[in-house]
Amino acid sequence: MSARSRWNERAAVTDSWGITLRRVANINITPAVRDRLISILSPFVLLASWEACAVGGLLDTRFFPAPSTVFSTLVKLIETGVLWDNTWASMTRLFWGFLLGAIPALAVGIAMGLYRPLRAAIDPLIALTYPIPKSAILPLLLLIFGLGEASKIVMVAIGVFYPICINAVAGVLEINKIYLDVGKNFQASRWNVFRTIALPGALPFIMSGVKLGIGMGLILIVLAEMVGAKSGLGYMIWHAWEILAVEMMYIGLMTVAVIGYALSVLSNELERWILPWKVDR
Amino acid sequence: MKPSASSAHQRGGVVALPNGRAETSKIRIENLSKEFKLRGKAFKALDTINLDIASGTFFVIVGPSGCGKTTLLRVLAGLEEPTEGTVTVNRTELHRPSNAMVFQGDSIFPWMTVWENAAYGLRMRKVPKAEIRDIVDHYLDCTRLTKFAHSFPHQLSGGMRQRVSIARAFATDPEVLLMDEPFSALDEQNRTLLHQELLRIWEQHKKTVVFITHSVDEAVILGDRIMVMTAHPGRAKVTVDVPFERPRSVLELRATPEYGELVYRIWGYLREEVQSAAEEAEGGRK
Repeated sequence: MSARSRWNERAAVTDSWGITLRRVANINITPAVRDRLISILSPFVLLASWEACAVGGLLDTRFFPAPSTVFSTLVKLIETGVLWDNTWASMTRLFWGFLLGAIPALAVGIAMGLYRPLRAAIDPLIALTYPIPKSAILPLLLLIFGLGEASKIVMVAIGVFYPICINAVAGVLEINKIYLDVGKNFQASRWNVFRTIALPGALPFIMSGVKLGIGMGLILIVLAEMVGAKSGLGYMIWHAWEILAVEMMYIGLMTVAVIGYALSVLSNELERWILPWKVDR
Repeated sequence: MKPSASSAHQRGGVVALPNGRAETSKIRIENLSKEFKLRGKAFKALDTINLDIASGTFFVIVGPSGCGKTTLLRVLAGLEEPTEGTVTVNRTELHRPSNAMVFQGDSIFPWMTVWENAAYGLRMRKVPKAEIRDIVDHYLDCTRLTKFAHSFPHQLSGGMRQRVSIARAFATDPEVLLMDEPFSALDEQNRTLLHQELLRIWEQHKKTVVFITHSVDEAVILGDRIMVMTAHPGRAKVTVDVPFERPRSVLELRATPEYGELVYRIWGYLREEVQSAAEEAEGGRK
């Protein structure tokens, strides 16, 4: 069966739900509203069946505790401030690590895009170090910076640096040469070429790099905290394993997921705000 | 060594010319040659060009594709260094920029609004803000863009974008305005409208303009003098005076027999150059 006819069949099935709803409850629902409802309901349906299976003994609650017990643990962790403290610790590290990585990445990336010799010099360094899994650098960082905040922040910074730097180079190279001629013709200083042409021209690419960097930073901060920290969401998840507090582990994972989602929504909004001139949005 | 035109002035050691009269030479090009290295081979784009352009002239350069006319303009703009010879712009007021260029194709910054684009040259020259506002408002008015001051380029038509580019160049009040086939990407109807508008704006300000085109019609409609260039390498073949009085109306001018005669005459000079350029392109393909 071709993919298309499979989709058609699915469409027919979902449509029949609409017909049923209309017949049973006498509600008239447009397909858009119906799909929206299904999207909102599906996680709840999953949670409800999970709850039922856990209570009914179909699931091993040592690994898959019932959502209701996870929820009561969540309330406890919020009340005691544990969740907030750990979330705050992770977010602070992510924030400083992001700044520490993003600012040099922008400067280096744009400079590389503008000056060929610099590109020739730094390109091999990036090509050589980029494939190293960032997590594999953690032991070295712990060695250099110790168990304090610095090692975690640097870990995030390294993860953030690469996607932003690489995208900034590509972004500047993508700028139509005519804009640089315009800058030269109007006698723009080097600083003004950077500020009014290279940076805004490369910004669409840079924003993609920023989004990738934020995602990478979140992964790395959780990872780094598992090994070398006494606070943070990564530490919380690891600690939950050590004391076999599975509910706490789920809460840690859930919090990371929510933060990741919120950051991506936020960066999309930021992009819309910074790049009002992009056609395709 | 920022304004390369004036640096050429120093290198060439040409004494500043007496100014004040309309016939004063504004741009003097002496023995200008330009060579490029293309895959190790030298490629001569311009060959010993000598040219005097009087102050306040609308000077048009016509030539077949690939004859080096854009290169000539880029040398005038200071975007390329000449291989030999000098370009002298006789600057009367040093606080004005020596030139501003209207580029071929889209050259206004997509990340700036129409207003910011028109203000760009002035901002780069650190003109006081209040002054910038007045000048930009004036030229946006001239180019009928006031309503679109806060639009981004992608919201405009091609013709409007080219008008922004013209406003940006005029706003800096350059001693010389350089235009590189500014209307070649537009359709016939929009081109005719823009010709009329350019004439209107130019006739208000009477700047020295060097305008490049491959269209003989465009040259005759706009220009005071027309230089025909040879096919590669680019040399000055002949220079023709355009006798039509100003202000000009594009449509009325086109209806006169003199217009047709002049277009015919210039085509006569141009024809063999176009043919030889086409033959060379054929040869290059083989």
